[in-house]
Amino acid sequence: MSSLAATVKDIFSEPGCAKNGSKSEAERKKGCTKQLQPGSAAGGCAFDGAKIALQPFTDVAHLVHGPIACEGNSWDNRGAASSGSSLWRTAFTTDMSETDIVFGGEKRLCKAIKEIIDKHDPPAIFVYQTCIPAMIGDDINAVCKAASQRFGKPVIPINSPGFVGSKNLGNKLAGEALLDYVIGTQEPDYATPYDVNLIGEFNLSGELWQVKPLFEELGIRILSCISGDAKYREVASSHRARAAMLVCSKAMVNVARKMEERYGIPFFEGSFYGIQDSSDSLRQIARLLVERGAPQELLERTEAVIAREEARAWAAIEPYKPRLKGKKALLITGGVKSWSVVAALQEAGLEMVGTSVKKSTRQDKERIKLLMGQDAHMIEDMTPREMYRMLKDAKADIMLSGGKSQFVALKAAMPWLDVNQERCHAYMGYVGMVKLVEEIDKSLSNPMWEQLRRPAPWEALAKAMMQMQSPVAAIAHDPALAEAARRARKICFCNTVDLGTIEDAIYTHDLRSVEAVRDHTNAVGGCCRRRIEDVLASSPPAGLQAAE
Amino acid sequence: MAIATVPTKACAVNPLKMSQPIGGAFAFMGLSGAMPLLHGSQGCTSFGLTLFVRHFKEAVPLQTTAMSEVATVLGGYENLEQAILNIYNRAKPKIIGICSTGVTETNGDDVDAYLKLIRDKHPQLAKLPLVYVSTPDFKGAFQDGWEKAVASIVELLVEGPNVNGLRDPSRVNVLPGCHLTPGDLDELRAILEDFGLRPSFLPDLAGSLDGHIPDDFIPTTIGGIGVAEIANMGGAGWTIAIGWQMRRAAEVMQARTGVPFRLFERLCGLGPNDEFMTFLSEISGRPVPSKYRRQRGQLTDAMLDAHFHIGGRKLAIAAEPDLLFDLSSMLHEMGAQVSAAVTTTQSAVTERIKTEEVLIGDLEDLEELARTKHCDLLITHSHGRQAAARLKIPFYRAGFPMFDRLGAGHQLSIGYRGTRDLIFDIANLVIADREENHQPTPDRWRPSAALPLVSGHRSAAERSTA
Repeated sequence: MSSLAATVKDIFSEPGCAKNGSKSEAERKKGCTKQLQPGSAAGGCAFDGAKIALQPFTDVAHLVHGPIACEGNSWDNRGAASSGSSLWRTAFTTDMSETDIVFGGEKRLCKAIKEIIDKHDPPAIFVYQTCIPAMIGDDINAVCKAASQRFGKPVIPINSPGFVGSKNLGNKLAGEALLDYVIGTQEPDYATPYDVNLIGEFNLSGELWQVKPLFEELGIRILSCISGDAKYREVASSHRARAAMLVCSKAMVNVARKMEERYGIPFFEGSFYGIQDSSDSLRQIARLLVERGAPQELLERTEAVIAREEARAWAAIEPYKPRLKGKKALLITGGVKSWSVVAALQEAGLEMVGTSVKKSTRQDKERIKLLMGQDAHMIEDMTPREMYRMLKDAKADIMLSGGKSQFVALKAAMPWLDVNQERCHAYMGYVGMVKLVEEIDKSLSNPMWEQLRRPAPWEALAKAMMQMQSPVAAIAHDPALAEAARRARKICFCNTVDLGTIEDAIYTHDLRSVEAVRDHTNAVGGCCRRRIEDVLASSPPAGLQAAE
Repeated sequence: MAIATVPTKACAVNPLKMSQPIGGAFAFMGLSGAMPLLHGSQGCTSFGLTLFVRHFKEAVPLQTTAMSEVATVLGGYENLEQAILNIYNRAKPKIIGICSTGVTETNGDDVDAYLKLIRDKHPQLAKLPLVYVSTPDFKGAFQDGWEKAVASIVELLVEGPNVNGLRDPSRVNVLPGCHLTPGDLDELRAILEDFGLRPSFLPDLAGSLDGHIPDDFIPTTIGGIGVAEIANMGGAGWTIAIGWQMRRAAEVMQARTGVPFRLFERLCGLGPNDEFMTFLSEISGRPVPSKYRRQRGQLTDAMLDAHFHIGGRKLAIAAEPDLLFDLSSMLHEMGAQVSAAVTTTQSAVTERIKTEEVLIGDLEDLEELARTKHCDLLITHSHGRQAAARLKIPFYRAGFPMFDRLGAGHQLSIGYRGTRDLIFDIANLVIADREENHQPTPDRWRPSAALPLVSGHRSAAERSTA
């Protein structure tokens, strides 16, 4: 087991990373250690990333070793779906207190592991390291090793404290933990020539189940999905798969590449977002399986399924084409491959006015240019203010993005659709793309927008009335305003003392002469002497009397 | 009198508690043009931000000093300096509220000293208020963070009494606890204004997180109490503090400005509102407006109608101390039995909760207690949804976070009107539950040897069909 620093370094020099591959030698040497900007950073930490990547393991107990913030502020916040156990939705944390920090948290961690086994007896426990135990030197690797031996159950350390880096790094550190401790530790009950792994697919909103029926129809078995709807045993025996598909390359490229290296499982990078991509992915899987010894006829059956599904999807999208024609969409997302969604949306008649390329590789950008033309508006980094302006000025009719920029669009009273991990609709495969088009149409054609953009009719009326009336009249309508205006009248101009101050002084201290007022306020009592005498002469205002 | 106990288990399961720093940051969100800043790793901010966004369904300003491993070893001065400068240049805030986290407390960053150095080095920040609160994650809970932040704001930003010590009796300061929603604050404002009083709320979440739509994009909070208004709070006639957690801020206010305060521990229920109205009538010199006489009548009528459904219910409730005290007391006064009570942190009100024992624990404890004590009404925040599904009992969501229902910011529980609606909501849940799950069957009252005659909340028939 290498140190955490070595693992991080190893991840940054990942040869399978397309972004890394497209860099020059000098750039590559610098690594991916992009310094986060204090005061303008957004996004999760490495612990967040590791938890996201592994939380979809449904039958595992996820134990967070840290103070309450790490788990207490974040648990049960993702819409991954499970076909079986719901243990993954139970939050376990050591909730470290000050005493633990002084004396070390290892004992508490060990006790916590035992409590979980006593209560739930899960097939495995994942223990997540966080910043504070990392700082005080809690050795979770050692605790997990000891616990595994003592309880005869896999207790896996996920060494990914928040401050080592970004969410993406955390995804990969989680992958390293799987490679080191999980994958290849068990054997499947049986193996077939049709066994595949899906890597980097998290079954958000149950989207895996949008494509799983197609696999089943083709007789392809998803031996394991890392980690959507995953069961510990499936992933532990995933090294017997014949081929793998890397679904989100950004999250787990290291897992796919190292599994190829260690177990000879060939992989390809594909996507199920978009019709064309879904077809390509199915084709690739079939091809890889045939290359590894599956019967040739799989290819034909795959083509037949693709042809049928494509025809169905296009037929379902067809009615939307005239409705969506010429509507302008802005796509801001890093999670899914921008170009793959771009193609599908264009097919549905939408015009793309811009897409983000923050996480895209050079090849990705080339493909976007090909799809959207040379003048494609590729957005490296767009501030919320720019997004807002773009929508407010109606340069786009709808924005598709992640939850973080949701309110930028909604507050501009513009349609918006969630295409990132918090979304509540599934958009994968052929049915998913039809669903996406349906959702876009539902949003764009909602009569609500028109109502919202219209200002309240009485705004104009109020303005007209304001112009007609003098300020005096406006004050007369509001007793509080009138009182404030009355009290604000300047009495002493030399030292700017207002009527209210003088009245208060007279009232509080029961003053009867100009001299006394001078003593208790800043009023000079020279040129304003007469005015102060007038105030003294008039009785205290009613409001003050009542307040007594 | 309730005894507060702490369980001995090592592993918290399904936490009820959230951390102090985000409670502190929450307080700054009620200030106008504010940018709350957590001094810690960027995940600390990201988790808090997501939580607030899911609760309010609003854009929420919250920044981070993005402490890396190296920065943690070397000390966080540079990160804090850069963060403040970046925020100052980009978001142009009126105030920055800084909360420490577990990371920066463990490595011992002396933020007060850092701020002094930063101010010396960057004179352009001279007029920008920087309020710092020490809020380690490994101590206390959300409510404690709020309490400390508001006390610090009062300490730093409220000006001492003016030269002549004059106060405007028509002005009142309101220090609301973090258990009040923007909807509650709006209700309070309306009540105070109906008495001819002019309130200043600190913090004023109703100004920033009530869901209004600003005309332009604003990177900081989009409303709330302004720094100048806070400075002038010393000129008010009274301070009204709501919830025990606000005692400290009210005391600081009194010590700094001499403004007397009155603490209302509860504003939900008939008695507490009678007391509140009496006080307002006294300080304003006005009789209680007829609107509230009518609302009082409506509340008493609601209590009459609902006591059939709420009376005798066995309540399992988990919330932060002040909310727990408020809601459980109101339901106790309606005849419910507080059978299981779980809270997050120590508080003086805990011992006055109308139950035998209050556990400082988590939602697993609540679920277990609810099961063994046959509770038939569950109240806690949205994280109670899994427990409610397993227990199959009516579940009323209260407190923060409430991410799986809309309108969290407008849920009302104070005043005669708010109490009335809350009672209706809870009674309706109970009625719906009875209709869906507890319809009588021919065998319901048939004596059976296999099953006890009185079996808590679930009858024999339901068990056999469940």
